[in-house]
Amino acid sequence: MGLATLYLSVIVLIPLAAVVVKAVSSGTGTLWSSIDNTLALRALAITVVASLIVAAIGAVAGTLVAWVLVRDSFPGKRIVNALIDLPFALPTIVAGLTLIALYGPGSPVGVHLAYTRAAVVLALLFVTLPFVVRSVQPVLIELDREVEQAAASLGASNATTFRRIILPALRPAIFSGAALAFARSIGEFGSLALIAGKVQIASLVIYADIESGSEQSAAALSVVLMAVALLVLLILRRIGLRGGR
Amino acid sequence: MARIPRMILKKIDQLTYVWVRGGVRIWVRRGVRVWPRGGVVRPRSRPRARVLRTSRYAAGAALTAGLLAACGGSSDVGSSSSSTAARGGGTTLALVGYSTPKKAYEALTSQFAQTTAGRGVSFAESFGASGAQSRAVASGQAADVVAFSTTPDITRLVKSGIVPGGWDANPEKGISSDSVVVLVVRAGNPKHITGWDDLVKPGVDVITPNPSTSGSARWNILAGYGAELKEGKSPAQALAYLKTLLTKNVSVQDASASAALQTFTGGKGDVLLDYESDALAAQKAGDAIQLVYPKQTILIETPIGVTAKSAHRTQAQAFVDWQWSTAGQTTWAEQGYRPVDPSVRKQFASKFPTPPQLFTIEFLGGWSAVTKSMFAPSTGKVTKIEQQAGVPTAS
Repeated sequence: MGLATLYLSVIVLIPLAAVVVKAVSSGTGTLWSSIDNTLALRALAITVVASLIVAAIGAVAGTLVAWVLVRDSFPGKRIVNALIDLPFALPTIVAGLTLIALYGPGSPVGVHLAYTRAAVVLALLFVTLPFVVRSVQPVLIELDREVEQAAASLGASNATTFRRIILPALRPAIFSGAALAFARSIGEFGSLALIAGKVQIASLVIYADIESGSEQSAAALSVVLMAVALLVLLILRRIGLRGGR
Repeated sequence: MARIPRMILKKIDQLTYVWVRGGVRIWVRRGVRVWPRGGVVRPRSRPRARVLRTSRYAAGAALTAGLLAACGGSSDVGSSSSSTAARGGGTTLALVGYSTPKKAYEALTSQFAQTTAGRGVSFAESFGASGAQSRAVASGQAADVVAFSTTPDITRLVKSGIVPGGWDANPEKGISSDSVVVLVVRAGNPKHITGWDDLVKPGVDVITPNPSTSGSARWNILAGYGAELKEGKSPAQALAYLKTLLTKNVSVQDASASAALQTFTGGKGDVLLDYESDALAAQKAGDAIQLVYPKQTILIETPIGVTAKSAHRTQAQAFVDWQWSTAGQTTWAEQGYRPVDPSVRKQFASKFPTPPQLFTIEFLGGWSAVTKSMFAPSTGKVTKIEQQAGVPTAS
């Protein structure tokens, strides 16, 4: 218990506290003014909305992918299963490079989405794919088939079985996967650095602030971002766990 | 739908099951008891624990695994570093430079290593946006030689005592080489760009870096501003020109000149504002670009200095002094940088055309006045324009 607290403190809590200290170092007035300006607020709004969209799409698509991987069998299934982890293994800047190559001005498929909000959502979907899939997969594997079969024996259609039996069982896993996807999207930097262009993203604004020397406003924006992330994470987990009972 | 039965004993086929009810085995198909004959089946109990407990453990394991894996999310887009191989027990000098002269310094360091002063000296180089690099050195990054794009980036270090005050007390005033701001267009100049006024035409997409981090961006903006003044416009009109350029025509503002060049060669934009040296190097490397020399442009003077805390001051100073020798200046010229030495400049005059209305930073009032009025955080005129354009600025 003591060891766990020590580890958690050193690795996570103390660095986070340092950021908060830095943010309030020039007084709360400066803290408020560095957040309450058009650029910071717009960046936060765009980032949070994009992350919510990505979490929602990811929840649906990730569950679908997990279902196909667990319940179906097709040639190359093992390769696809391993490929799901590729966004984890790839450095995010490489992900950004591939997306620019695919959606940039020199696109081989003729899709020119780079430097738009659509490109931001696509990049985030790419890097958060594994989260929902890997959350849902073990639960699907462990799911008792007999329950579904019993439902079928009682006259339920496929849709009803899915809606009344499988989905409630998967609900905590889907929500925790979506929460992870949201948390990752809100803080994503490498894959967005190349493709964002003039779209305001909170992490890019923080980086630009650090690079141009205004570290206090960078810390202020970071603190707000952390608070928003924590809030949404808690809400998503509450919803997810409540449905599981 | 009825509730789930407690125990299924056997599955006969897809829809027929045998299960236990009150100690009696019952055959059920589609909710109807088929043996012993009877009516609709209504089980009462509801298995709760098995599926959901497992799912909770599995979800917890997945969460932990996900959190651990999610830690691998960050990456550094800032600077690139390299080091030449150290020759048996020699000294290593840390060179911190702005983003574009990487290839030039490869040539310079290899030439320097062949001189008596440079024997056994190797370099650990770091290149990035000039403003960002200067702030990094001010925050403690180790450096023996600093080569920045604009003079304020070095005077910032003089103020904190990292670079000694006499860095510019020589005939060349601490400037290692020159360049000019050029308009880089696609091969064939499809949009027929000839000068600064073409940049604010509707439909022209301009790429220039962010002046909060990049020295090149400041040179570009000052070149445009000074060009308007040279054409006879008033300072207010010149500022209006900058506002139109930065808010309407500039589409992407990367952190450094080299990042902006990459964006341009990647296909984005019609015109790139860049150093002549960087554009020449890109052309030599095979990019399909063309240089347009506008009638009015600014002379880019890039300063160089040795840090006070350097452990190898003599070798570092020897390297900097060598750059002003004929050999050093010739290497600069061969790499596409305008030499400051008059005789070498004459030798390479054909390579570097002189724009008819070339001006220097003195025409605009000198760096201290310009930095304060244009680029000061929050109050600078260009800073305010950039904020209107929605670009992150120093504040």
